[in-house]
Amino acid sequence: MAKLGLIVNPIAGLGGRVGLKGTDGRDIVQRALQLGARPLAPSRAIEALQCLRPRADQVEILTYPGDMGERQARACGFSPTLVGTIEGRATGASDTRRAAAEILGRGADLLLFAGGDGTARCILESVGDQMVVLGIPAGVKMHSAVYAPHPVRAGELAAQYLFSGARRVREVEVMDIDEQAFRRGRMRAVLYGYLVTPCDARYLQVSKAGSAENEEAAHESIAAEVVENRMKDDGTYLVGPGTTTRALLRKLGVEGTLLGVDVVRGGEMVGRDLSEEELLGQMGDPSGLIVAPLGGQGFLLGRGNQQLSPSVIRRVGRDAIIVVATHRKLHALQGRPLLVDTGDRDVDWMLSGYMTVITGYRDRVVYPVAF
Amino acid sequence: MAEKKTLRQKSFHQAKWDEPIISEMSMPGERGHLVPETEEEIVTAVGDGISALPDHMRREERIDLPEISETRVLRHYLRLSQQNLGADLNVDIGQGTCTMKYSPKINEQFATSGDLTELHPLQDESTVQGVLQIMYELDLYLREISGLDRFSLQPGGGSQAILGMVSIIEAYHRARGDGAKRDEIITTIFSHPSNPAAAALKGYRIITLYPDADGYPDLDALKEAVSERTAGLLITNPEDTGIFNPRIEEFTQVVHDAGGLCGYDQANANGILGITRAKEAGFDLSFFNLHKTFSSPHGCGGPGAGALGVRKDLARFLPVPLVSFDGEQYYLDTDAPDSIGKLRGFYGVIPALVRSYAWVRALGGEGLNEAARIAVLNNNYLLGRIREIPGASVPYAPGEHRVEQVRYSWEDLTRDTGVTVEDIQRRMCDFGFHHWTSHHPWIVAEPFTIEPTESYSVAEMDEYLAALEWVAREAYENPERVKGAPHNSVVHRTDHAPLDDPARWAVTWRAHQRKTGAHKGD
Repeated sequence: MAKLGLIVNPIAGLGGRVGLKGTDGRDIVQRALQLGARPLAPSRAIEALQCLRPRADQVEILTYPGDMGERQARACGFSPTLVGTIEGRATGASDTRRAAAEILGRGADLLLFAGGDGTARCILESVGDQMVVLGIPAGVKMHSAVYAPHPVRAGELAAQYLFSGARRVREVEVMDIDEQAFRRGRMRAVLYGYLVTPCDARYLQVSKAGSAENEEAAHESIAAEVVENRMKDDGTYLVGPGTTTRALLRKLGVEGTLLGVDVVRGGEMVGRDLSEEELLGQMGDPSGLIVAPLGGQGFLLGRGNQQLSPSVIRRVGRDAIIVVATHRKLHALQGRPLLVDTGDRDVDWMLSGYMTVITGYRDRVVYPVAF
Repeated sequence: MAEKKTLRQKSFHQAKWDEPIISEMSMPGERGHLVPETEEEIVTAVGDGISALPDHMRREERIDLPEISETRVLRHYLRLSQQNLGADLNVDIGQGTCTMKYSPKINEQFATSGDLTELHPLQDESTVQGVLQIMYELDLYLREISGLDRFSLQPGGGSQAILGMVSIIEAYHRARGDGAKRDEIITTIFSHPSNPAAAALKGYRIITLYPDADGYPDLDALKEAVSERTAGLLITNPEDTGIFNPRIEEFTQVVHDAGGLCGYDQANANGILGITRAKEAGFDLSFFNLHKTFSSPHGCGGPGAGALGVRKDLARFLPVPLVSFDGEQYYLDTDAPDSIGKLRGFYGVIPALVRSYAWVRALGGEGLNEAARIAVLNNNYLLGRIREIPGASVPYAPGEHRVEQVRYSWEDLTRDTGVTVEDIQRRMCDFGFHHWTSHHPWIVAEPFTIEPTESYSVAEMDEYLAALEWVAREAYENPERVKGAPHNSVVHRTDHAPLDDPARWAVTWRAHQRKTGAHKGD
């Protein structure tokens, strides 16, 4: 019997169609409803769950009461197990966090959630990397890389993960935009962490070329190339956030901060999770900046790594920037360039054009960067 | 759903047998033929035929083949063959990039005739003048088709020909003293993965270029990528998108200016025969897949053949031996001190070479050109029809025609309905058609590639289109029917996860025995 956790954020997506840029906060919800918004997440959750109906007798759904999942599960013919209660009349972030924690506690094989970046953040706060999570796209803000491309795909991926033999997973960014800042015209994105999500086995199917992709192997390969062939033994390197750079630091024998910017010198960690000020103070004469694009939108600089400010970038210099990304990450861009939004147009200009992206051992790409 | 149904859509059902593996059919003592014992007088005169075998060639253990009668063997393989959907059984335009044209059956008569099959590669050249002549003349035809100066027919396929190109590039730079410095090969993301793979195998660093917004290889990116470390460029034109790069000469110029060589992946040349050539595009090396453009069948992943061609000053590096003619005799030229050596044993995949030769002779220059023009016409007919199918789209170069194939996308349909290209592939099986999720690299979402070649009429292409339009419409009106496909096939759904787990697959009976403890006759 597979255990599937289900969390539906009943208000996710409410702000989108009425142009409110997000749905964090009760007053925003009220305004959205006044503007005639209708909730998106519940119907999307049902679309996803329909894919699991044929296996209804093989899956136990763990969820919260009412609109947080119970209603949607019953609508699809399931008899869900309720793992907690909702406080108060309307649901909120604390309910999502508690639900996720309960579901983790019950040993769910997979947690399916319908919501956006706000919901993803709550779940991340509760479960970290302790559970496999997959998003049904239903929010306004979807900068995180945890969503299936379509509710039906989410359901199919869930079925594939639960019932086929191989359970391949990878880590994906949870990112969120500060809504208040955004409404005032400023884009400020934060990388909150990484969730573990199922790999789409469709990309593992046999093609003319034959072999399957493996994220871990790709990271190893990139790390080997940068460490062996592109780093000076005694050089000072700024290392940006992400799982690709984490593999690189591990190759050097150090454990960096997944979400922050670290500095290594001579293969030793000399600064962890530094702010812009600290970076400017400590980096001295840097040999390079190793940076990876974050999130589902292909941002190289300016989303999730704002500590790498225009001043920091100017000091490093364009030629000393080492971009690392797997081929899979580049493919996901579907032909769009890597993006930069440092807050300084001159620096954005300086960065744009073609950059070398290290994609593996003795393997690189010349890719366009734009703003 | 009250559209006109064709007979095929109403009544197709794939044959479905529950055949075991032949080893599991083994019955102890069962035989196909009982070979008579050698009579005493013959043994006295010449021996029993076995004792003369050298010791090192004698088996120590009994051979463990299945014991089975001839009728059961015949029945078994015929049944399996009924479960296939292949080039001979459907309008096979759904397997784009592979050039699934008709392989004329008359050529099978040549390839399987005893005159050919009973030859041995080590017999004296004077006794195989015919096959050497075929190989030599095929070389001449390919020179004319490509504009290049010399061909080796030794490669067993396209990937091996690519390895040949990269090896020649390496030998060229090494001969000039540049070998150590020039350690980078540039290619594109739409190139066949064998291009970077062969280069990596030979120790090169790989630089991959992504297409520009219109789907053309990015010339500006190439200019960024070349340097004094550039050994060469490996590129295909048109690429799998079917878009011809009209600036291809500028690409070769950029690489030549940097001191590199240019290798053309012309595995698929079906849309350009007699229209454009490697030579005029500035290429130093090229190859053709004879089992694509030149009609030799694809078989079961082979046997195929690659024909590797070069400009005259690179001919000394070609694999040895080359087939040559001295005005009177055809011979195997082994005087090649600068050769890269052998890509494989002996001289080439002879049956594939013979079929290709016969195909070229039957068509002549005019016929080859006509084949290309019809392939392009057919392809653009399909382009016009497919882009009208709701849910289908044509990424890149909007409004432009294509050469011999098109990379399409079902991305819109998937977004609207949740039905994917794999679902469509499975549902097309229900109509007896092959539709491929074509393919890597996954920068085109929900990809499919249709390549009609010159082998099909409008009526036949319309048959395929009728089914494709039906399935696409069904995706919107009754997605469950598509998602639940196939309904009329050999198996319903297969789980691909075991392909990832060595404990759950085996490609030989021996491996199966080792992993599962199975025995013959189980």
